[in-house]
Amino acid sequence: MARMKFVCDAERCIECNGCVTACKNENEVPWGVNRRRVVTLNDGVPGEKSISVACMHCSDAPCMAVCPVNCFYRTDEGVVLHDKDICIGCGYCSYACPFGAPQFPAAGTFGVRGKMDKCTFCAGGPEANGSQAEFEKYGRNRLAEGKLPACAEMCSTKALLAGDGDVVADIFRNRVVQRGKGAEVWGWGTAYGAKQAGQPPAGAKS
Amino acid sequence: MKRLAMLVCAMAALAAMSACGEKPQTLGAARTDAAPYQGTDNAFAAPGWTKGDKTSWEQGLKARAQNSQNEYSRTGSPSTSK
Repeated sequence: MARMKFVCDAERCIECNGCVTACKNENEVPWGVNRRRVVTLNDGVPGEKSISVACMHCSDAPCMAVCPVNCFYRTDEGVVLHDKDICIGCGYCSYACPFGAPQFPAAGTFGVRGKMDKCTFCAGGPEANGSQAEFEKYGRNRLAEGKLPACAEMCSTKALLAGDGDVVADIFRNRVVQRGKGAEVWGWGTAYGAKQAGQPPAGAKS
Repeated sequence: MKRLAMLVCAMAALAAMSACGEKPQTLGAARTDAAPYQGTDNAFAAPGWTKGDKTSWEQGLKARAQNSQNEYSRTGSPSTSK
């Protein structure tokens, strides 16, 4: 098996935040922590693009490199996980991560960061698979239940793909070949005119 | 001279002994995690694969990814990739 990976298809994402909700519900993520977020570029401009972002389970993870207490580990499936019993909440990983994946609970003593929390690819943590202790610290272990991450399985447009890297790459490649690419895919050119479609004004960002 | 030799020996013994009380300061690696194909004991496991069988788990996940994420495999497109 290749590595487990997420791919988000920006042509399909409709910014419904279903993935965010599914993640929060499935893993009972505490208030103030979003393991997954939907980022929209050029919001409100014809041709705007949204993408769902969480931990990308990097092949060369910067968080692992900077952690001073070595709390991260990578599973055989390529999922980057961490041990909350070792984490000291220093926050180095959040500075190192280019995707803003590491999160820290807002509730707690003023000025004190709690244990880091991030997307686990619904693979739990070092506690026994499917145990209550694992669920309370890391959320549900869906991989051990033979399921894919809840965010991708709940995605209404199948913009967010998750699973074996070879499989999701294959699905995405086939999709692009079938539909073509560019602004014509969803009829932006028809709706707003070919000149504007997919070409927001320079410097426009949300 | 004899006293000096004894002193040197005592110092050497003391230096050698001092390492015995030293605690290891190496970073502990994260705890080992059970592989996901080992499955869980809860009742929510997806059907169609055998707990503890890695190949079966991998095939189950691949089939699940194709069935739930690739609509082209359901519409029967001739260029469907599987």
